[in-house]
This record gives sequence, C-alpha cells and structure tokens, in this order.
Amino acid sequence: MLKLNGKGVYGAVAIGKISVFKRQEAQVRRIHVEDTAAELERVDAAKKKASEQLSAIYEKALKEVGETNAQIFEIHMMMIEDEDYNESIQSIIENQSVNAEYAVAVTSDNFAEMFSSMDDAYMQARAADVKDISNRIIACMAENGDTDSSSDDKVIICADDLAPSETVSLDKEKVLAFVTAHGSSNSHTAILARNMNIPAIIGAGDELLEKIKDGDMAAVDGYTGEIFIDPDEKTLAEIIAKQKSDLEKKELLKSLKGKENITLDGTKVNIYANIGSVENIGAVLVNDAGGIGLFRSEFLYLENSDYPTEEQQFQAYKKVLESMAGKKVIIRTLDIGADKQVDYFNLDKEENPALGFRAIRICLTRPDIFKTQLRALFRASAFGNLGIMFPMITSVSELEKILAVCDEVKAELKENNIEYSEKTEIGIMIETPAAAIISDKLAPMVDFFSVGTNDLTQYTLACDRQNPKLEDFCDTHHEAILRLIEMSAENAHKNGAWIGICGELAADTTLTETFLKMGIDELSVYPSYVLKLRDTVRNIDLSK
Amino acid sequence: MKQFNYTIKDEVGIHARPAGMLAKEAKKFKSEILIEKSGKSVNATKLMMLMGLGVKCGETVTVTVTGEDEDAAAKAMEDFFTANL
Repeated sequence: MLKLNGKGVYGAVAIGKISVFKRQEAQVRRIHVEDTAAELERVDAAKKKASEQLSAIYEKALKEVGETNAQIFEIHMMMIEDEDYNESIQSIIENQSVNAEYAVAVTSDNFAEMFSSMDDAYMQARAADVKDISNRIIACMAENGDTDSSSDDKVIICADDLAPSETVSLDKEKVLAFVTAHGSSNSHTAILARNMNIPAIIGAGDELLEKIKDGDMAAVDGYTGEIFIDPDEKTLAEIIAKQKSDLEKKELLKSLKGKENITLDGTKVNIYANIGSVENIGAVLVNDAGGIGLFRSEFLYLENSDYPTEEQQFQAYKKVLESMAGKKVIIRTLDIGADKQVDYFNLDKEENPALGFRAIRICLTRPDIFKTQLRALFRASAFGNLGIMFPMITSVSELEKILAVCDEVKAELKENNIEYSEKTEIGIMIETPAAAIISDKLAPMVDFFSVGTNDLTQYTLACDRQNPKLEDFCDTHHEAILRLIEMSAENAHKNGAWIGICGELAADTTLTETFLKMGIDELSVYPSYVLKLRDTVRNIDLSK
Repeated sequence: MKQFNYTIKDEVGIHARPAGMLAKEAKKFKSEILIEKSGKSVNATKLMMLMGLGVKCGETVTVTVTGEDEDAAAKAMEDFFTANL
C-alpha cells in the first residue's frame, strides 16, 4: 500500500480503479509561415469551433451543477472574443510571420502571467481560465479536437491538474473521485467537485502521477486528503465504515429536518449555528438551524488590507440578515487580538495576549472603529431579526460605555432619517469568570447572554488553550465552569433575559441534558452538528 | 464628456462575471468608456484588462464616457453599476 497526502476539498470517500486523465497535450512549435492571412483564418475557424464546444459544455454544466457554476463557461466564451487577446494573437502572427498555434500559446502565457501576478487569490486562479480557453483553441486547430475518456467502470480520475471545462466534460456517471497533483482550493475544479458531491483531493504532489497507473485500485478520503494506492484490508475497512456513516448521516439529516428541538417531556430549546463568513449561510440553511447564534464579524477585518468601511460591513450584514429571512442572527462585534491578529491594527506584541489588548478593549479604546461597525450593524437591523453581541465583558462600567455608544449611534441614524430596528437585541458574551460572577448586575442591562465556553474554560482554570501539554488539566466539564454557567442562567432568567451557549461545549452531547436542566434557552453549534444535537435533545427526558 | 465615480459594493469586486456583463454592455455604445482605478485606466469593452484592474469591494472607480452617444452610454453605465456592482 502506498499513501499520498493532498488537500481534501470535498469531504466524502470513494474506492475504485484509477484512470489517469489523458490530455491531448498539443506540443506547440514555432513555425515560420509565409501566408499569415491563412493563419488568421485558421484562428477564426478554431475560435468558432471552440465557442460552439463551450456553449455545449455550458448547457451540460447548467444541468449538472447549476447556473452559478456554469457561468464560468459563459465567461470563457467572452474571453475568446476579448479584443486585447485577439489583437495580441493577430499581431504575433503578422509581425513575426509565425503559425497560429504559437501565437495563441504565447498570448495565453502573457495573459495568464498578468493574472497570476495579481494580489488577489480569486484573480490569480483566473490564469487557469486563460490557459483553458487557449488550449481549447489550439486543440480545435488540430483536426481531431475531441478528448475522449471513455471506460465502462466508474473510476477515480487522477491528473496533474484539471481545467474547469475538463472537469465538466467528464461523464459524471463514471467518476468516483478527483485527485490532482496540483491546483488550488480556489479553483473552479474544486468548487465544481463540491457541487457535484464527489470526493476531491488537490495538491497530492508530483509523486501522484509517477507512482500510479491505469487500473490501480485506490481508496480516496476527501475528509483527510489521503489517497491509498493498493489499500490493505484495514484501510479498506475504515473507508467502507466512513462510507456507511456518511450514508447514515444523510438519512439522519433527512428524517430530522423540519422537526422541533423538543425533549420527550416537552422542553424546547433553540438550536442555532455558529458561522464565520457569509459563504457559510448555505450550510446553516441546509442543516435546518433555527438561526445564527454566533456570527463572527472578524472575517471582514481579516480579509481586508485596511479597515472595512461602514458600507462594506453594512452590505455583508444585510446579506446575512436577508438570507436568514426573519430568523434570529446574532452578530458579535470585532473580536481580534490574542490568537487573531490583523496587520493594519498595528497592535503591540504582548507577553500574554489572551489577557491582553483584545476584543471590546480595542473597541472601547478606538471608538472610530467601534462606531463604524455599530452604525453598519444598526443600519442592517432594518433588514431582519438582529442581535448584537459584545465579547470579553468583565464589568458593569464597560457595558455602560457600550450602551452609551449604541444610543449615540441610534440617535445619529434617527437624525439622518436612516432606518434601523428598535427590536434589535443587545447581548454580551459570558466568557470571563468576572462576567459570570456579576451576572446579576449585567442581566438587567441586556436582552441576552451567550456563554463562550472556550475562553470561560481557559480563564476559569488558568489553562492556556493553545498549549497542547495542558490538555489533561483543561477539564471542560470542571464543576467550576458548570457552576458559573448555572449562576449566569439563573441571573439571566430572574431579569427577563435569555441565555445561550455558543462555545464548543454547546455541541458536547454528554452535557446537553445538564444544560437543559439549567434552563439554557439556546445552543449554537457548527452547522453540521445541528441535526446531531437535535437528535440528542429529542431523546432526553427531563422528568426522569 | 461624462464622468461619475462609483464605489463597488459587490463583495468580490469586479470579478469575472460582472466584468463580462460590463464589457457586453459597453459594446452597445459608440462612445469610448474608460474605467479608472488609482491612476490606471482601461477600456470597458476589454474583459481581460477589466479583470486585470483587480477592483475590490469598497474601492472607487471613475467612469469616463466620451463620444456621440455619451449621454445614453453614461446613463446605461450608471444603471449597470448600481444594479450589478
């Protein structure tokens, strides 16, 4: 057995025979020609043929992977008609008196180079599109332009890299998995594989094509990014077990969708999802979460090279609220510092960053940043059911300052006749022991609490969660933590506030019963855990 | 000559798809339509150059329209940006 490692871009497994993808790699040679007009005509004819092929591929993709994913082929058709691209081909043919294939290949390299040198991962990946269309035109100039990968069995396709049109052209019925030696997770191939629900691994390295041949048996694990060539029995058994559990999970998913989160004795709890970017909303909806319990706004700051503008933030928040169509969306204000660093904030290096200048402490020191975010949030509140949550609270005076800024922002919006929702709920994270201990004072000031168990554990047990040596000491079920949560729940309810848990402990099904007994109103977990947690809740009987 | 500024609101900026649509729209007019970002200016009909500008969300571009149908073209461009970007 030989094991290779790559990056899994779609979590699923497959077992089958390998088929090495054969491309008619037309070796392009530079040939001197006298009749340049004839070469120009050849380019035109090839372009026409290429466009016809692309529109056929577009139709196929439309059926198999949907409009959004098919659009790339429409772009390809437009790229073929691009003026600069065509002028470049024409001028190379005319000025250098060379063959059409060579002119297209050189033009392709130049444009691909322009895209690869851009500072944006999305645009860098477009270099592959330029090469894809150019290779297509070159292939069309040869007499037999069609690639054929027909075989009767379902196979695992292995290639150095796959162009988007190649991925779609493959007969989906015959493909078990994709494995490529190179490629990026931003590539359309990776995106298409995800949409085709086929296990896919990229970046398995050059070894892949050196070590395999057609017909080799292999097992592919898209979860771990592992490829096993000629797998032994133990590995096969593991992969088959994963296949089985995937199937079971799918069944569970189907049967629990649309059902209530209710215990056998009739206690209800909200199960929401934690997400970190707008792209995860699909997962929230697919897994039937009742809302978003924690939307980390950091992505807006981490993805940018400078402070995100109010408008930029507003658009992102609005999109989330609109997509969730009236369901609760709790957005947490900026939580950087400690393990999340952003260059342009120019934060000093700290000896002890977990106890340092982070989250709300930065916001209260830099009101410009804080107010920009709050304005964007309140403006977005008009488009859905928003809750705003503040991290790292330790005192009443901090909360007083925050509420004063909120009032200021709302007054300004009102003055400028900008709409916002008066129903916007305000809440705080309970993630420091201090906040839990004074929760009786904090609860009357807010609409909700949300317990961040990761930090609460680290601060209560004085255990650095980044230090792997402390794993044995970092008991997340420690009575001190559970007592702090219980205390916060009691104080919340006494003061008419609700309480949720959004840390990793929320997904720990061995504690679900304990949390429900405390009266926890909401549990927020990774989208993929929602249905599993619903299953647990539905099997609990609190009356016993 | 007609000119206006527009700040991109689309999350991924002028990526492949809107660039393609923009180029298509610009080709409908006789006027020359230039899109400028930080001193670099490209013709709106040129898809690859347009993508090459790498305009991201939150960045502002200046659109300049010159030619016989500049009024209609500028109006169409403003409508296009507002609707798609």
